[in-house]
Parts: sequence; structure tokens; C-alpha cells
Amino acid sequence: MSMYDIIIIGGGPAGLTAAVYARRAFKSVLVLEAKSCGGQIINTPDIENYPTWEHISGFDFATRLTEQAKILGTEIKLERATDIKTDGEIKTVFTPHGSYTARAVIIATGSAPRKLGLPNENELIGRGVSYCATCDGNFFRKKKVAVVGGGNTALEDALYLSDIANTVYLIHRRDEFRGETSTVQKLKERENVSFVLNSSVTALNAEKGLKSIEVTSNSGAASTIEVSGLFVAVGRIPETRSFAAVAELDDIGYAASDENCRTKTPGIFVAGDNRQKEVRQLVTAAADGAVAAAGAIKYLSEN
Amino acid sequence: MAVKKVTSDTFETEVLKSEKTVIADFNADWCGPCKMLAPVLEEVSDELSEVKFVSINVDDEETLAEDNDISSIPCLIVFKNGEETNRSVGLISKDELISLAKE
Repeated sequence: MSMYDIIIIGGGPAGLTAAVYARRAFKSVLVLEAKSCGGQIINTPDIENYPTWEHISGFDFATRLTEQAKILGTEIKLERATDIKTDGEIKTVFTPHGSYTARAVIIATGSAPRKLGLPNENELIGRGVSYCATCDGNFFRKKKVAVVGGGNTALEDALYLSDIANTVYLIHRRDEFRGETSTVQKLKERENVSFVLNSSVTALNAEKGLKSIEVTSNSGAASTIEVSGLFVAVGRIPETRSFAAVAELDDIGYAASDENCRTKTPGIFVAGDNRQKEVRQLVTAAADGAVAAAGAIKYLSEN
Repeated sequence: MAVKKVTSDTFETEVLKSEKTVIADFNADWCGPCKMLAPVLEEVSDELSEVKFVSINVDDEETLAEDNDISSIPCLIVFKNGEETNRSVGLISKDELISLAKE
């Protein structure tokens, strides 16, 4: 079995940027991607804050970055990494199809939307429950929808949906929002947005698809709101569970690292949205990729 | 076998009356994950001749999307003898698609 210099777990902006840097330093690189290269940026219709492009779609960005990594000689396998074992300097990454070894590993697995954790939530995904307003909002033209959450994503989702849907209920478990005050102000000016504060979604009622939601206030009073769409925006969960043995994880699951993206295990790095940090943007994911790759290249030359 | 484009005019003959199992991909041009999934569908459709793969554009075929309760795309619906037997929402891997097709 051949050994790679660097295995990168995750083919999103962080992982693919790491691949670009590592290949330009002539390291052999394997990217293991669970689904399809690109990461969550493919859901973004229009990127306006990445240096050089005034507008680019997430799909085009992801496709170009994947091409760039491939042209430079990156090997990509569509396999989900499920575990890493370290034996001194040798790291073995396991997938359902086999295992691969390398001297350095970069974990760039990103994050997934946090679910509410309600019993029939999974069955209703695509039948009323959604985690992406810009992806699915158009299916709810002139219908009643609810958004649950209190951060910027929830506020922006509610604003976006208020242009499409008949009524938007914004449900939040506190009476103040973490998101930007200016967006809250805009929402207050919309006639079709109603605020349901100090409340949580406690049940999903379905017939063929979602029909209504049960909302329970912090004081314990339950009520039913008829909606055909529920947009869940209660944060994200880093995809790091499989790697707890090699990287220190915080309560939510974000991996601890130093500013050079090094984890507690020598030769294992983290990059992108799964890393403990303040700002999670496309450009910081790419930046992490570069930093982690430079760290891995340095590690390889010193060991 | 390539992925065949289906409209409301051809849905009944191509999907509901198909003798083979059908996987219907509901998608749109503006949907990034749909565009990521499209080449995977093409690839698997070449490998699995026992399953028919069709593509339905939800913007062009609003009635088909509504009749099939589509509220998120990409949405893959498995039809056997004209009945929906399973559906999968969101981008899936080639392995996941193969197991959906072989069920």
C-alpha cells in the first residue's frame, strides 16, 4: 500500500485549498471527500465577499477550486473517513472501502446544520422541514412558514422568506436576538413577519407533509401554528466526532488548535469550519487550508 | 443509459408506467447541490442498466413538483410500478445513490 505525504479529509474550500498548497510544494496528496467536492458553499447562490470576484455562485467557486486542485495533481477519492489511527509518525485513515496511510493529515470536514432533535424531524426533511432558506424558500410561495433560531442566519432567512411566503413566524427561545439589530429592525417593518419569542418548537405535526408545529413558551404554555414550512437555523455542528481521539474537541465539537492549525497530535492539523475560531467565512476556510498545508509541509520536512 | 429529461407530458409513460424501477431526480438550474449530483446520476445510470434515471426541472414542471410534494431539492424519488417507494433529499454520494437504486 502506498503512503501519501498528506491526507486531507474533506473536499470543501479549506481542504481543497490545502491540497493546492501541498501540491505546489510537490507533496503527494489524497483528498477523501464523503459526498461531492465543494462543501456547504455549493448551497450559496451568490458569493459577493471573496476577493477577486464581485459575484460568483457557490457551485462555480467549488467547481473551479476542485479543477485547480485536480490540475495540480491532487488525488480525490469519494469516501467518508471514519477514523484516524496514529502509530508514531504513520497515520492511517479508515473509510468504508479500506484504509490509507500518510505522514500528515489535515481534517477539514466542515459542519452540518444542527437539528431540533424532534422525533419525526428526519422524515419531514424535504416535506416541509428545511435547513436552507435560500435553497428551499421558493417552494413556499404564498404559504405560511416559520423560522426557528435567533442568530444572523435565522434573521436573514426570515427576511428572505418574507419576500416569498405569505406569513413568516420567527420563533426564538429568548426575547432578544443574537443577530444584527439592523436586520431585526427590517423584520419589524415587514407586515407579514410575526415574532414568537421566549418559545421553542416542541412538536411537528404532519399529514402528508408538515402541517403545523407545536410551540411551547418558556412559561410552559403550548400552542399550535399552522405552517407548511419550517426553516431550522439553530446553528451548526462540526463534523469532528470521528476524530476525538486525535484532536481535542470542545463541548460543541469544534477542534482545538493553535494559530498554525496544529492539533494536540503531531502531524495532524484542522482547517475550516470545524476548527475553534471566531470567524467562519469562505475566505477564512481557504486561509486555514493554506496555513494547515504549510504546517504539514513543515512537519514533513522536520520529521 | 443516460438520464432522460421528463416533462408533465411524458411523466406517465416514462415514470408511472415504466416496467423498470425509476429514480426521478427533481432539480433546478439555480440549485448548486443539484448540479453537483447531476454527473453522479449520469455515472450511476451508465453502470446500472436495470434502473431508469429521469430528470425533472421543478421550475419548468411546477405541477409535477407540487403533485409529488417537492419542498427541497435535489430530491430523488424511487418509483416502482407507478408508486413511490422511497425518497432521498439533498446531495448524496455515489455509494448512497447505488444503494437507493438497488433497494
